[in-house]
Amino acid sequence: MTLTVTELAIARGGVPVLERLNFALQPGKALILRGPNGIGKTTLLRTLAGLQPPIAGRVEGAEDKIAYASHSDGIKPTLTVVENLAFWSSVFGANDIQPALDAYALNELADRNAGNLSAGQKRRLGLARMLVTGRPIWMLDEPTVSLDKNAVKMFADAVRAHLGQGGSALIATHIDLGLDGEVLDVGPNKAKPKPIDDFDGGFL
Amino acid sequence: MIALLLRDLKLAFRAGGGFGLGLAFFLIVTVLVPFSVGPQSSLLSTIAPGILWLGALLACLLSLDRLLALDWEDGSLDLLATAPLPLESVVTIKALAHWLTTGLPLVLAAPFLGVLLNLPVPGYFWLVISLLIGTPAMSVIGTFGAALTVGLKRGGLLLSLLVLPLYVPTLIFGAEVARLGATGMETQTPLLMLAGITAATIALLPFASAAVLRINLR
Amino acid sequence: MSIAAKANALWEYANPRKFLATSERVMPFFWITSIACIVIGLVWGFFFTPDDYKQGSTVKIIYLHVPAALMAINCWLMMLATSLVWLVRRHHVSALAARAAAPVGIVMTLIALATGAIWGQPMWGTWWAWDPRLTSFLILFLFYLGYVALWEAIEDPDTAADLTSVLCLVGSVFAILSRYAVNFWNQGLHQGASVMRAAAITGTDTEEKVSNIYFYPLLLCIIGFVLLFIALVLYRTGTEIRARRIKALLARERVNG
Repeated sequence: MTLTVTELAIARGGVPVLERLNFALQPGKALILRGPNGIGKTTLLRTLAGLQPPIAGRVEGAEDKIAYASHSDGIKPTLTVVENLAFWSSVFGANDIQPALDAYALNELADRNAGNLSAGQKRRLGLARMLVTGRPIWMLDEPTVSLDKNAVKMFADAVRAHLGQGGSALIATHIDLGLDGEVLDVGPNKAKPKPIDDFDGGFL
Repeated sequence: MIALLLRDLKLAFRAGGGFGLGLAFFLIVTVLVPFSVGPQSSLLSTIAPGILWLGALLACLLSLDRLLALDWEDGSLDLLATAPLPLESVVTIKALAHWLTTGLPLVLAAPFLGVLLNLPVPGYFWLVISLLIGTPAMSVIGTFGAALTVGLKRGGLLLSLLVLPLYVPTLIFGAEVARLGATGMETQTPLLMLAGITAATIALLPFASAAVLRINLR
Repeated sequence: MSIAAKANALWEYANPRKFLATSERVMPFFWITSIACIVIGLVWGFFFTPDDYKQGSTVKIIYLHVPAALMAINCWLMMLATSLVWLVRRHHVSALAARAAAPVGIVMTLIALATGAIWGQPMWGTWWAWDPRLTSFLILFLFYLGYVALWEAIEDPDTAADLTSVLCLVGSVFAILSRYAVNFWNQGLHQGASVMRAAAITGTDTEEKVSNIYFYPLLLCIIGFVLLFIALVLYRTGTEIRARRIKALLARERVNG
């Protein structure tokens, strides 16, 4: 269940952004990903989720274990809250959606069309999706954007409960969630320029 | 997989889902033809099978840019790519949903539009048969084109440019079946070719579609 | 040298620097010989062969039409091969060569179509007929257009190379299918491809042969077009490599700067 990352190098748009990343994510632990904008946090999460290949290094223990939440939540505006959740639940193997509705206080909104939700409510729906996937490793990219204080607490509680059940989470965020987890600061790992006379490598 | 199909069907039928747009386009194209070529019924009945095939093809093309683009924009494709569902199945289901919401209605509407163009009586059967066999290929090929252009803003025109040449064999054999059938001639050879192309595209093209989708998701 | 070592030596040219150095060395040879072949072939063909008993002097457009048509198809085959090499071995030069060849292929297709129309007008009394061969070339032209448009539309070079390569593969299958479909659809006016048939060369064929008198200058023109194609593709690939290199350097500057 441990996610192990060894000597990972990743690229965005063909340009290397982060190199020589090494870390492990144990069950029950959270890892907070920090770093200035544009450093490659999203690229790292997408690489770990298997959406893009790394240019070097290994990722172990990620296969079919990761639930990924990007900036956009895959919510269909013309489906109701329940229909949206039920769809992702059945795609990931039919988990009960009631706990997810409870965790993010979505019961009252259950039959509303997702298109009529506010930005924060939509975000809650997107985060509730993580619960119905039943996947042990959560990858969250700026999960608290447009959430109010109350909703941030819901989110922190949900993550805590997930960790308590032996899950783990990698969260790119700048706010303090009060979670018991390490911080991975990716700033200093910025890629060094390759020697300029490496002509073939110049294409990368 | 069934969940994805049901969701796509539900989305198509809900407000703003675009169901019926293709049909309306098919109707309008058919109505415009006599205005441009003249109302002589003998001429219309000669060109009816070809016009109806072309109209169905264009109506199909029109709906392709929504096929994957909406799922791309709201992030659903990223999430589907991380789901325990192979992308090959995802694109196949997407093509199936497209056929059910666009291709099949076109097949069913074609005979009624045939009346407008004075389609000869034996032509109705062959028109429906040829469209029924040909439209699935158009959905599958269209899905490939949609997967190629999914990351592009305003990719609609490029999508047409890429997909239309790929439609040529299906159009030729499909319209040939309808044309020969309408004049009461033997249709077996083009019908077999049409069925063969459809079967082969359904069997093989989803792999190419999934491959280009994976490249576009990077 | 063993066969394996030779095979490895071939892949060395996939290194952009090695490719540029070598192509710059051999390019003058291709330019000079191709121009020499084409000039000699055309002069020979235009002024030193008799008019055809049936087609008159119009037959002489064959010296442009046939080589251009051959190269239009072979260019696509070359793009297919280089696309496959890119997909399997990820050599950037290969993908860029495919990109560089496409406009050359478009021009060859256009020359074949235009000379065909000019030839067809006196022969068949029409500039254009929906003959299978003509139609196939028109479809090939559409495939080229789509391929180039896709390259132009995608910003990231590696993504563009991947997508256009898959399009080239899928397009090739559909181009062949279209060829058969078009053949079935209309039997056509165009004479068979008589140039390369053995009987045509030995002159024992019937009416549709290209006889010996026309064959040698034509062969010279074909060789000239092949060499010209190689020169153009080498030249354009070099340009693509340099453009790509500039792009990579600028991107690196942005990241590190």
